[in-house]
Amino acid sequence: MTESRPNAAPQGAERSAGATISAFPPRRSFLARFQRWEWMLVGLIALVVLLNSQLSPYFLDARNLSRTSSDFMEIGLMMLPMVFIIITGGIDLSVASNLAMCASFMGWLFMRGVPIWPAALAALLLGALGGLFNGLLVARVKLPPLVVTLGTYAFYRGVAYVLLGDQAARGYPASFTYIGQGKLPGTLIPFSVALFILLAIIFGLVLHRTSFGRTLFAIGNNENATAYSGVPVARIKIIVYTISGLMAGLAGLVLAARFGSTRPDIGVGLELAVITAAVLGGVDINGGIGTMGGAVLSLLLIGLLRFGMGLLNIQGQVQGMVIGLLLILSILLPNVARTLSLRGGSTHQRGRLATAAAVVAVFVLFGLFFFWSRAQVLGAG
Amino acid sequence: MSEPILELKEITKRFSGVEVLHQVSFSLRPGEVHALLGENGAGKSTLVKVMTGVHQPDGGEIHLNGQRVEFNAPHASLQAGIAAIYQELSLFPDLNVAENIFVGRQPTTTGGRLDWRTLYREAEQLLSSLGMHLDLKQKARNLSIAQQQMVEIARALSINARILIMDEPTSSLTLTEVAELFRLVRRLREDGAAIVFISHRLEELYEIADRVTVLRDGTYVETREMAQISRDELIRLMVGRTISNLFPKQETTIGDVALKVENLTLDGVFENVSFELRQGEILGMAGLVGAGRTDVARAIFGVEPPTSGRIEVEGKAASITSPQQAIDLGLALVPEDRQLHGLIPPMNLVANISLPMLASYSRRGWLRAKQERDAAFQAAQQMEVRANNIWQRARELSGGNQQKVVLAKWLSTKPRILILDEPTRGIDVGTKAAIHALMSELAGQGLAILMISSELPEVMGMSDRILVMREGRVTAQFTRGEATQEKIMSAATQTIAAGETR
Repeated sequence: MTESRPNAAPQGAERSAGATISAFPPRRSFLARFQRWEWMLVGLIALVVLLNSQLSPYFLDARNLSRTSSDFMEIGLMMLPMVFIIITGGIDLSVASNLAMCASFMGWLFMRGVPIWPAALAALLLGALGGLFNGLLVARVKLPPLVVTLGTYAFYRGVAYVLLGDQAARGYPASFTYIGQGKLPGTLIPFSVALFILLAIIFGLVLHRTSFGRTLFAIGNNENATAYSGVPVARIKIIVYTISGLMAGLAGLVLAARFGSTRPDIGVGLELAVITAAVLGGVDINGGIGTMGGAVLSLLLIGLLRFGMGLLNIQGQVQGMVIGLLLILSILLPNVARTLSLRGGSTHQRGRLATAAAVVAVFVLFGLFFFWSRAQVLGAG
Repeated sequence: MSEPILELKEITKRFSGVEVLHQVSFSLRPGEVHALLGENGAGKSTLVKVMTGVHQPDGGEIHLNGQRVEFNAPHASLQAGIAAIYQELSLFPDLNVAENIFVGRQPTTTGGRLDWRTLYREAEQLLSSLGMHLDLKQKARNLSIAQQQMVEIARALSINARILIMDEPTSSLTLTEVAELFRLVRRLREDGAAIVFISHRLEELYEIADRVTVLRDGTYVETREMAQISRDELIRLMVGRTISNLFPKQETTIGDVALKVENLTLDGVFENVSFELRQGEILGMAGLVGAGRTDVARAIFGVEPPTSGRIEVEGKAASITSPQQAIDLGLALVPEDRQLHGLIPPMNLVANISLPMLASYSRRGWLRAKQERDAAFQAAQQMEVRANNIWQRARELSGGNQQKVVLAKWLSTKPRILILDEPTRGIDVGTKAAIHALMSELAGQGLAILMISSELPEVMGMSDRILVMREGRVTAQFTRGEATQEKIMSAATQTIAAGETR
């Protein structure tokens, strides 16, 4: 359209009223601004901190917090690109296996005399290749991401076992283990936490402030229309899966550095925590909706929950159960809210509401059991 | 003359306030083939869905064998003996012929297991009584479309359907297969079944139908004996509107060739499509749904690139393999399906409008929010989009306003060649007129416009030249002066001489 479009009022068309649209969003009330998922997460975090500090005297210890925060930085590093992928409507189940493949590859090279830093760089590259492979299958061959990454989930883990067998690679130099164990000079802040914060800010800015980030939302909301608008959808998908692979590789280095060794079963099951963190953070599992801030907050929530459970000697398997239930709840809650807002509704909706209520009830029961068992532990100790 | 078996009396049907059927009556006698005829959007499919209980009418009555009935669901009408065979066939691809015929009603032994012997025996009897020759154990996915249709018909008859509705059954059959189908239809007619037959091919209707009911714009026009109505009269009944001056294409100076398409082919979809489009010109593309017009537009725009042929943009040969390339060459496509291809309904108007031009609203990849907002606001204002503000989600707007958003989005790319696919389908009269005025104005500014439309008055009112497509080929080309509705309909519906097709 050119600059001048004089008042060409056609016959019969309703083109009378002057201004038809405003450039500004309507004012929202003070309270309405707090009706956001992120604020709910902040509330939950406060609740967890309060409960845990009541239940265990060690919870609010700075040294403990510092150590525990580095415990879930690998999850965080993999969560950042996972947010991208889920927003485009995809999923990457292979991240933890890719992590193991990269860490094992680095260990394998190191044990064959390759200096640690070139080995680490090669591992990062392998991670990116692993992600690229996922991306090509999803975007070019157009296979469903769930199936593709379930396949590579098994495959990459297998590569790790082929490389290392039943042995562990160890003996990494201190300069390397620093990225997993070290703290920033003169502070209690672990290096890995600083790395995560830096990357989280970059990923957040890319998601919310760049045209690339915008196209991720567009793809997740309507891939067809996005393609019609000239957005290279396939290329963008390949890029996000490749980034996911690269970050899985980086997480592998950090985890190997933290342990000081690599075994092929490194990071088993972390993809569950990664996906839970993203989804609990308000990233819609169906794509198109989500914020990086929410995801980071939910990571913090999950980390604090695990830390609290660990302090109370709750077994890892039980922790896994809690995280799994949390994942279901985080997908369910928005649905329940939506169903509730459609008051009345059909029998179908009421059926869904009943299911939701049942699941929430299971949750509450589980929570009560959880706190009861904690009290037992405390009483005994 | 026998009593009607099925009678629809003054059926009215509304979808979200829009009347798609207005007091339509239809009566069907046993032992007749009754054709249902009308342009795209005349209400044929809706009427069929009322007969089969998919839709419930908002007004009017349905009488079956003289009794008033109400069908609340498809199975209710099925039990009453009404079966429909739709364009999209609905067999289970991995079940065999016999299983498909009896699916859901398989004979069982006393132990509750499938009684295969009875199943095959009954299927065999049924098929031979219909004179069909099919391998009972063949899986449905290995059958041709024609054979699948036979199975569907057999299934319908196995549940004693006395009324059979066939929605464009011949659209994907070869001539010999059509002959086979017609033999079957005649046989059913002799047995006293009543058949509702929908087809756009007038020749076929003369061959098979006894009576014809014509619908137009959701209203009943006339029911006539097929033998006593001429082809021209039939077309006149179908289109019979007088074109109002609602379509104000102004005279413009026609400039250089903006888009030239030569022998464009997408295997199996369209063949040898050639045309020229000049600056300031509106080229209308008429034809029936499924004639391949949308596919041509998608091919030119790079959504699904053609397998062969040549595209020239402003005198230079162009190879367009993605929408991005098309946009860079100055093309824009307003697609037929707003919800699916035009808009991102859950996102706000700003994001929707800026999407094709994100690169120009950003510096080194960083979005410049103010620039994006201002551009989107300006585009929305120029198109007079009616919404509270530009941060509203696209899905909250009415159909007409959504279309304006799509237009705002594409006009903000400052195209020199604009392809509009059904630009006014399903939108209100006011917005429609506004869009027509806009098209005329854009052509006046030198834009080249290719407009696909199934609405004849729109094609004739807006176009400088008209291209008619049928079954993936351009069958006629008219200048504005030459074109009449009858000529266009004739080119859009005539069967190409045998041997030339397929």
